[in-house]
Amino acid sequence: MNRRHWLAGALMAATLAATPAFAQTTLRMTWYSDGNEGEVMRDLLNRFEAGNPGIKVVLDTVPFKAINENLPVQLAAGQGPDMARIVDFGGLAKFALDLRPHLANAAYWEQNFGPFLEWMREPGNTTAIPGFMTQLTVTGPLVNKTLFEQAGVALPGPKATWEDWAKAAKAVADKTKAPYPVAFDRSGHRFYGLAVSQGSRMIAADGIPAPIDDGFKRAAQLISDWHKAGVMSKELWGSVSGTAYRGANEEFKNAQVPFYLSGSWQISQFDKTVGNAFDWIAAPTPCGPANCSGMPGGAGLIAIKATKHPAEVAKVMDYLASEPVLAEFYARTLFVPGHIGIAKKGVAYQGASPQAAAALKVFGDSVAALDPAAYRIQGNAYSRIVFNAAISRLGQSIAGEISLDEAYKRIESDVAQQVAERNKK
Amino acid sequence: MADASPPTRMMPRDALAARLWQAASGLLDRPMALVQRLVGGNRMAWIFLAPNIFFFGLFVFLPIGINIALSVTGGTNLFLGDRPHVGAAHYEALLDCRSYLEPGSCREDHFWKGVANTLKFTLFQMVAMVGTALVTALVLNRKIRGRGFFRAVYFFPVLLSPVVVALIWKWILQRDGLLNAAITTAGGQKILFFVDPGWAMFWAVFVSVWAHMGFYTLILLAGLQAIPADLYEAAEMDGTPPMRVLTRITLPLLWPNLLVVLVLVLIRAVQTFDEVFVLTGGGPGTATVMIVQYIYETAFANQVQNFGRAAAASMLLGGLLFALTMLQLWFARRKAA
Repeated sequence: MNRRHWLAGALMAATLAATPAFAQTTLRMTWYSDGNEGEVMRDLLNRFEAGNPGIKVVLDTVPFKAINENLPVQLAAGQGPDMARIVDFGGLAKFALDLRPHLANAAYWEQNFGPFLEWMREPGNTTAIPGFMTQLTVTGPLVNKTLFEQAGVALPGPKATWEDWAKAAKAVADKTKAPYPVAFDRSGHRFYGLAVSQGSRMIAADGIPAPIDDGFKRAAQLISDWHKAGVMSKELWGSVSGTAYRGANEEFKNAQVPFYLSGSWQISQFDKTVGNAFDWIAAPTPCGPANCSGMPGGAGLIAIKATKHPAEVAKVMDYLASEPVLAEFYARTLFVPGHIGIAKKGVAYQGASPQAAAALKVFGDSVAALDPAAYRIQGNAYSRIVFNAAISRLGQSIAGEISLDEAYKRIESDVAQQVAERNKK
Repeated sequence: MADASPPTRMMPRDALAARLWQAASGLLDRPMALVQRLVGGNRMAWIFLAPNIFFFGLFVFLPIGINIALSVTGGTNLFLGDRPHVGAAHYEALLDCRSYLEPGSCREDHFWKGVANTLKFTLFQMVAMVGTALVTALVLNRKIRGRGFFRAVYFFPVLLSPVVVALIWKWILQRDGLLNAAITTAGGQKILFFVDPGWAMFWAVFVSVWAHMGFYTLILLAGLQAIPADLYEAAEMDGTPPMRVLTRITLPLLWPNLLVVLVLVLIRAVQTFDEVFVLTGGGPGTATVMIVQYIYETAFANQVQNFGRAAAASMLLGGLLFALTMLQLWFARRKAA
């Protein structure tokens, strides 16, 4: 080995030794996708990284189930990512980082995400800024218009009741041999999309859930009657146990469902997967005796308290929550905006078919019809406890294991027990 | 140390290997002698057992200890230091029943539903599994054509992941699955297997037997092949009927293997979770919820992750398994005596 080789080796060693001086801060973001939002987020992060070479963001895409079941355990163990896209704001609020001290302009966040920040804060906290909404969702019906046309059944009008829709959907299913006249996702949140319109309020004055009221009972009775009358199939709510989620999106895509109660987040995937196979529309939320309100909801990106790089996390969050970037995100993902400024200006959705654009308009309009009680339910820290107890026990009732009255008693005791366990210090 | 001198007639390569082995083992002689001098000959066994005891303690006894500690604490925090002591509250809640035969009368009705379902599943699965594995092993032990092929075919499902097995069968059994397609082609009506509690339990047992039978068949086949052939020849010369051969020669001599199979099937059946969870989701209602599913959902899937209650249920499950295994061993010893 000659002198030149030694020099080259020494230079290489020096370069390697110097590398840590230029080391990037690597942040991890846990993410789930219903449609194309993961791809859009990656694209936006690539642009952020190009402008901020000192920060690299790894996007860990996981199933939705992992967000609800694995992430809380990770966070409780002091592990987990630096940022995460979540839906259970109340349950995970204690793990969220208050970004306020690190943000360039906290007033911008309050102005544009104000009402939703309340969902993300721990009870009693009125100032924290944990994150922003990646999408606002609204529950509502998706209707297979082609099946209605084939059956020669007229679509119920904008102020139609749940009973009107159930009757029409059953008539369509009978004529077209569709196996699921009415399908609801097996989810407590979707059940409350019906219950709020029946007058359910869920939360008592002290903020503690009091789930069983007249509105709840009316909604539960409707669901029970529809199963008995063959309007709903036991395959969705009765065939699995506990809190298991079971969507009916595959059945809807296969033209087996005339009336599907789900929500605005389905638009993007139906636009791509249904294509020209049949015509589908979003209908306004049917009316109950109390109102014509569905349930709001959504997903948000929050910063995690255990992060070792809060300043860098805030930089990423500031970039992603900025108006032009977030407007592009909503436009490309076909999401209802969870940013007040963007919502007021309107979103120019990219690549949406005419029926997807029409559906987005219907869901956008239904935000205005949301009852204040629906916002209170969604923002309550215990709401998911009630959602899960409701779906678990109503599922048992539909399967024929317990009566509705027994289900009500069990829901109350399940909720009381879980609330007590959560508050145990 | 054992004598490792090479045989007299040996290929050069073997001789070299033997010499290397001898040299390598020789290297250990001095340190082992030193250790033996230090700890004494009687305690040498502990030195050899120490690595195993360490890992067993770390991965078995320590988790059991943590589980016991978790079961007497409450709240939703993960670390024991952050959890309040609640004594036997979780055990009291789990055991609070008006009638243990009626899960609906219990405070934790899902737990008792899980216990009832698990016992039902275990009973049906044990009978079906041991019966099918025994018959299959007896058939495969005969000189039939394609014996090697059939042995491989029956063993193949054992190689599949339980989740894959459950997903394959779910695909076959769903509303628009293969089985319903066959039924409707034959002029029948579609059957919603996962909506009917009886069918759901039947398929849970069937799929489990289909997936694991090969393994138990293999154990029984090994036992059958160890039975001396001259016993059968003697029986044949005496003109003993085949059923008598089975009950007086085959089954008694196969008993040690059968006992292993029974214990393994029992433990596995009580621990069943993944296959049934993916196949039926515990439904319809709670018709196929097993104890382990209750534990999993209480600890991880519910909104309030109740690690204490789940740990207490795990302890009760462990106790049940221990009791059943002891009962089975006692029964086996009594039979042997």
